[in-house]
Amino acid sequence: MSYETFRYPGLNLGRAHPEAHDAAETLMFGFWVFMMSDAILFGMVFGTYVIQLDATAGGPGPRDIYDIKSVLIQTMLLLASSFTFGMASLSNKHKGSPPRLLAWLVVTLLLGVGFLVFEVRDFLSMFDMGAVPSRSGFLSAFFDLVPLHGLHVTCACIWLICLVGQIARYGLDTDVKLSVMRLALFWHFLDIIWIAIFSVVYLAGLA
Amino acid sequence: MNAAAIIEQPLGRLGMDSLPFWEMLQHPTEENLINGFIGGGAACVVVIGIVVVCALITFFGKWRALWSEWLTSPDHKKIGIMYVVVALVMLARAVIEAILMRLQQAVGLGGGFLAPDHFAQLFSTHGTIMIFFMAMPFLIGVINYVMPLQIGARDVSFPVLNSISLGLTAAAAMLVMVSLVIGQFSTGGWFGYPPYTETAFTPDVGPDYWIWALTLSSVGTTLTGINFAVTIYKERAPGMTLMRMPLFTWTALCTSILMIFAMPPLTVATAQLALDRYLGFHYFTNALGGNMMNFMNLFWLFGHPEVYILILPSFGIYSEVVATFSGKALFGYRSLVLATMTIAVLSFTVWVHHFFTMGQSANINAVFGIASMLIGIPTGVKIYEWMATMYRGRVRLTVPMVYAIGFILLFVLGGITGIILANPAIDYQVHNTVFLVAHFHNVAIPGVLFGLLAGYHFWFPKVFGFRLDERWGMISALCWLFGFMLAFFPLYALGLMGLPRRTVAYFNPAYQPLEIVAFLGALLIGCALLALLIQGWVSIKHRNENRVFAGDPWDGRSLEWAVSAPPPEYNFPVLPVVNDADAFAAAKEFGVAYQQPDEFVDIKLPRNSAMGPVLGGLGFVMAFGLVWHIWWLVIVCALGTLAAIIVRGFARDTVQTVPASVVKEEHGRWLDAVQHAAAISRAAECDPANEGLAEQGAAGATS
Repeated sequence: MSYETFRYPGLNLGRAHPEAHDAAETLMFGFWVFMMSDAILFGMVFGTYVIQLDATAGGPGPRDIYDIKSVLIQTMLLLASSFTFGMASLSNKHKGSPPRLLAWLVVTLLLGVGFLVFEVRDFLSMFDMGAVPSRSGFLSAFFDLVPLHGLHVTCACIWLICLVGQIARYGLDTDVKLSVMRLALFWHFLDIIWIAIFSVVYLAGLA
Repeated sequence: MNAAAIIEQPLGRLGMDSLPFWEMLQHPTEENLINGFIGGGAACVVVIGIVVVCALITFFGKWRALWSEWLTSPDHKKIGIMYVVVALVMLARAVIEAILMRLQQAVGLGGGFLAPDHFAQLFSTHGTIMIFFMAMPFLIGVINYVMPLQIGARDVSFPVLNSISLGLTAAAAMLVMVSLVIGQFSTGGWFGYPPYTETAFTPDVGPDYWIWALTLSSVGTTLTGINFAVTIYKERAPGMTLMRMPLFTWTALCTSILMIFAMPPLTVATAQLALDRYLGFHYFTNALGGNMMNFMNLFWLFGHPEVYILILPSFGIYSEVVATFSGKALFGYRSLVLATMTIAVLSFTVWVHHFFTMGQSANINAVFGIASMLIGIPTGVKIYEWMATMYRGRVRLTVPMVYAIGFILLFVLGGITGIILANPAIDYQVHNTVFLVAHFHNVAIPGVLFGLLAGYHFWFPKVFGFRLDERWGMISALCWLFGFMLAFFPLYALGLMGLPRRTVAYFNPAYQPLEIVAFLGALLIGCALLALLIQGWVSIKHRNENRVFAGDPWDGRSLEWAVSAPPPEYNFPVLPVVNDADAFAAAKEFGVAYQQPDEFVDIKLPRNSAMGPVLGGLGFVMAFGLVWHIWWLVIVCALGTLAAIIVRGFARDTVQTVPASVVKEEHGRWLDAVQHAAAISRAAECDPANEGLAEQGAAGATS
């Protein structure tokens, strides 16, 4: 492979670091492929949800349990976190200064955790209403799809915390840079999934 | 789950009644005694096997070597070998189960000796093992070993991930083995249809063993698929364009793509079934809005592409074998590539044919029936091209070639019965009979298994540096071929006579003669397995006469034959530059094979990592805890897994260097051996004279 043709756009290392670019190329491509597989996973769960929409078995339906205000707050938090991660990616590429990158990462983490807090609060209030997954096929499907996304966000937050630890330990070495790039992709991917959840689950459910 | 429950029941559901022989000792009826001895005996074999292996390793003082040279090795070659070892062990178990089932049916007129529940476990484990723990590890192992060599790479893209995939697969296989000793396996067949596998109908641990074994293996396989696809896209040697890749690599690519897209539906299906069973969800239950058809769709959305995940690599192996042993380039390479891709795409459009009778409209059935028949077209193209490759070639009837020719003859029959079954109107008549069993064994055994065995014989000299014994190989191959015919052709007739599949006993005496013939076939297959074992023993004993260190015993065509046998750890001292399809054949033809490179450079290789065995071990224990509801164990293992992944993220010194001087020295030794080896003609390739150097010129066939 000629290194000139494969300079990875997320890195700003120049010709002096051909191996870093080459490693980035393979790693990032592998991560894209992984996300493709993950997207299929979500696709299947979305499919199950849509099929099970009417299977409320006399229990609560979408209109009874969805709280659009809370969901809108969650959406805004997550969209804002995508923007802040974008800023983190820019400082990963251009500034090369750990404090700035760290600051953006921490802001992103807080927004992500905020999203999770609101989501869990929603779930708990649904439980209070008797809308538990074992109540009906519809609720089973809901509690598979939305928490699956939440679980992904949780994993991404843990990853983020570990990254902060790695930056504290090693500074901005190549591994950290590549890890930030992959987590950024993952974070935006989860945002896209959330937009699908927002549209298919919440907006369509309340329409 | 709460704290009190954890303290009160530290071992969850695990109790004395989970042990083998227990039922038999408590209720010693004749039936319980027979089934207890068979089940308990099998459990003893597993336990004794493990004890003997551990004792031997201790006796020879090999624990350290096992850990540092094998289990933690990121080398794709060693990982490939370990995959195949797992596959062969599981093959032995599943074949023995098959013989037992055929024996039961041979004497099953009005009863037989196996309890229905025991019989159901046998067909469930047989199917699960053959698909997930024999065929999958076998083909992944072969791809692992051969594909990076064929594309001129040093390793796969993510070597440690590769080792993790192996760990997860081995953990899953181990879980199935443990179910033989502690508790019991599922009785719901290899596809575990709910609502039967829901808690309401099967509250015991069987389906849980099945769920977690499949979940572990599907995660491992998804990661493998990603790894292989990225490797083929990113690690090819300079000049190795896609259309210069050997056909086996092409099939590996298609299989990997299928794995990436087809494994997630299985993960979703087993996870949702687990949620039903563990947390009282209602995905597939009868009550409260559950919908079992979701499971059928999810499972077969995986299950049908899975069929092609299994068979495409074998098609690739046959392509290599037929071309090599006909001494010709593959006929119609481009259309074979196209046919492979077509099959991969079409495989996603036919899943409904697994449940034509489950209530969808006739129009839907018609669409999926036609789509299923379409697959016959690219497959037919392949059959003709393998035959055209042999046409006017100098065909040598070696063991792999016997498998390949047997495959072509038998697979056509299996394919035709597939076309018959693809017609929904006919399917309504024969579905759930042993006609179907005969059909899928007729494609799976000649298609998948014979291919893998052909690959085993074909590449064994490359892997271990000596040829396998031809005589015992031939005996084994013929036993497989005729054993298969005897065991499964009668089932076509029995199916048309109306014998349902998975029947433990029957009451129509007309079935019995054919059942007995099928049992004899199963015995012959048992002999084939035995012959394979003997072959291994004889070959190891005579390994020094049959060495092929020069590396090219069959006058091979692709790059894996251009290195020593076994290949050095870094595969190629200098990455090859490819100018042609059939790179090594071209190099030999133009007299530029076996070159001394101008200069050697240091080679960077990944360091060993304990991630594979650690994650595999934790996965196994966690799954065991989940099966038996030992919650503290599950929590500990989950935290351990998380901790291991986090610690790995902090690892930095992950690369080791092989100095150029070492590479130069090893390469020089090999070139020296090549120089001193006698070039042999194809007539002598199965003689001890074969040192792995092929005579050029005289052997050529019209091409």
